[in-house]
Amino acid sequence: MHRFDGAAAHLPARSGLGLKPEHYQAIFDGEPDVGFFEVHAENYMGAGGPPHRWLEAIAERYPLSLHGVALSIGAARPLDKAHLARLKALVERYAPRSFSEHLAWSTHDLGFFNDLLPLPYTEETLDRVSAHVDETQQALGRRMLIENPSTYVLFEESTIDEIDFLAAVSERTGCGLLLDVNNVMVSAVNHGLDPLAYLDRFPVERVGEIHLAGYDETVDGAGERLLIDAHATAVRNDVFALYEHVLRLAGPLPTLVEWDNDVPAFDVLYAEARRVDAALAAETARRNCRAA
Amino acid sequence: MEPTATDETAGFRARQEQFARSLTDPAADLPAGVTTRRGVADATRFAVYRNNVTVGLVKALEKRFPVTARLVGVEFFAAMARDYMRRELPSSPILFDYGDGFADFIEAYDDAAGLPYLADVARVEAVWTRAYHAEDAPAMTAAGLGAIEPQELAGARLARHPATQLVRSPFPVGSIWAAHQKETVEPPRDWRRETVLVTRPDMQVTVCILPERDAAFAAELLAGETLGDAAGVALARDATFDFGPALVGLVSLGAFRAPTQQGKTP
Repeated sequence: MHRFDGAAAHLPARSGLGLKPEHYQAIFDGEPDVGFFEVHAENYMGAGGPPHRWLEAIAERYPLSLHGVALSIGAARPLDKAHLARLKALVERYAPRSFSEHLAWSTHDLGFFNDLLPLPYTEETLDRVSAHVDETQQALGRRMLIENPSTYVLFEESTIDEIDFLAAVSERTGCGLLLDVNNVMVSAVNHGLDPLAYLDRFPVERVGEIHLAGYDETVDGAGERLLIDAHATAVRNDVFALYEHVLRLAGPLPTLVEWDNDVPAFDVLYAEARRVDAALAAETARRNCRAA
Repeated sequence: MEPTATDETAGFRARQEQFARSLTDPAADLPAGVTTRRGVADATRFAVYRNNVTVGLVKALEKRFPVTARLVGVEFFAAMARDYMRRELPSSPILFDYGDGFADFIEAYDDAAGLPYLADVARVEAVWTRAYHAEDAPAMTAAGLGAIEPQELAGARLARHPATQLVRSPFPVGSIWAAHQKETVEPPRDWRRETVLVTRPDMQVTVCILPERDAAFAAELLAGETLGDAAGVALARDATFDFGPALVGLVSLGAFRAPTQQGKTP
């Protein structure tokens, strides 16, 4: 495996927002004080048109993070070479500061499911995922980040803890990790784990970016609390408290707020970014104070 | 460096296959090996994935086919979209391409037989998205057209702009589409056949109803026929066809791509 150096380009340790078409004009006109914007790669895989025109204009003013949602790294089948080529074209066109994908699968011989589906954690899937991450990094010629998933089920065959699995993929391939704190809360509640204990074990030195989002809540067949990774509300307060815990462990890191469904007016999203920047500034102040 | 299919990889593949098949088939059993911390499978939890897949793909179709959805109502549309999804999952992760076969599906969909124009409305919406994401290219202008020597005109072929598509319908499909862009819908005044030209000369997708006597001419030109042959076909259909205004009209809509080496011979 070829290990790629992570020092080439970094997102700033600031707030970032998911770029939504309904906000293009407001961002272009208002030039909000946001550290970076992140886009879903698959939304920019058309040949031309307004999406590229807007992204070019916004990428001129802000650092860009490219986030893939469909590479299907956790699939048993081989990676889609055509999709890798499309990703490579985007990376070359926009030179994003970061490229990230998920520990999940979404494509099968039957077709594309448009969801981040779970996989068992075994020696076999570890080999598989590591090979796919390696293949992606080789194809793109750069280091990538892999995101921890939110899950609703477990697998009988799993033999490896999720954090150990992610750390092993990172160790083998040199990839970084994307720590989605909302996913930590969702999976911890859904599987009866302590989210703080999960975070305390997470290899934060490998984290290149943090994601925050809002969850929805329901109950499962046994009446137990079941959290859903919905991205349709503001970040919940308990998730934000976990985020502040991560900052104390890891220091300030680039932090994206995701809001993909029921997208609100830009001001509402911007308020979330301000809240993140305030937490980042507070952590920086705390560290400077301690150092002085 | 794909691992060879050992017995174990074959097992993983088979289990993922079963998981995948259970996602879109509500009658399917829960996939084997899926469990919870209680040590038993929970249908409600697996249903989260089923719901994510279904709702996500129905939403993708709703986004691409808003007028089609408005014509039949949200519930009917969602049921029709679910039936389509069970027959045809997206073939690629580029979701704005999903639904290229939706209009053909609607045409054969028994429950929608009462709205015979529905499939053609969906065709207009499908080509709208294709035009939106098409390759950017300068459109041929009236000046560019003027640069063609008069004696070469009859033999000239004009290149289709990458965003240009034609939808020919026995129904007033352009008028129906246009009426549903507004909050209050007024039914089309004339119920007649329409040919719609969709393109994007710059950043705005345009949907134009062509004069019906120009429709065959446009279709022939976009299929790559010469101006002379296309005019011949149009005249044979309708003796009132007027070559000059028809051609200038299509050019001014941005139907054609500007020649890359205008004025030069290859």
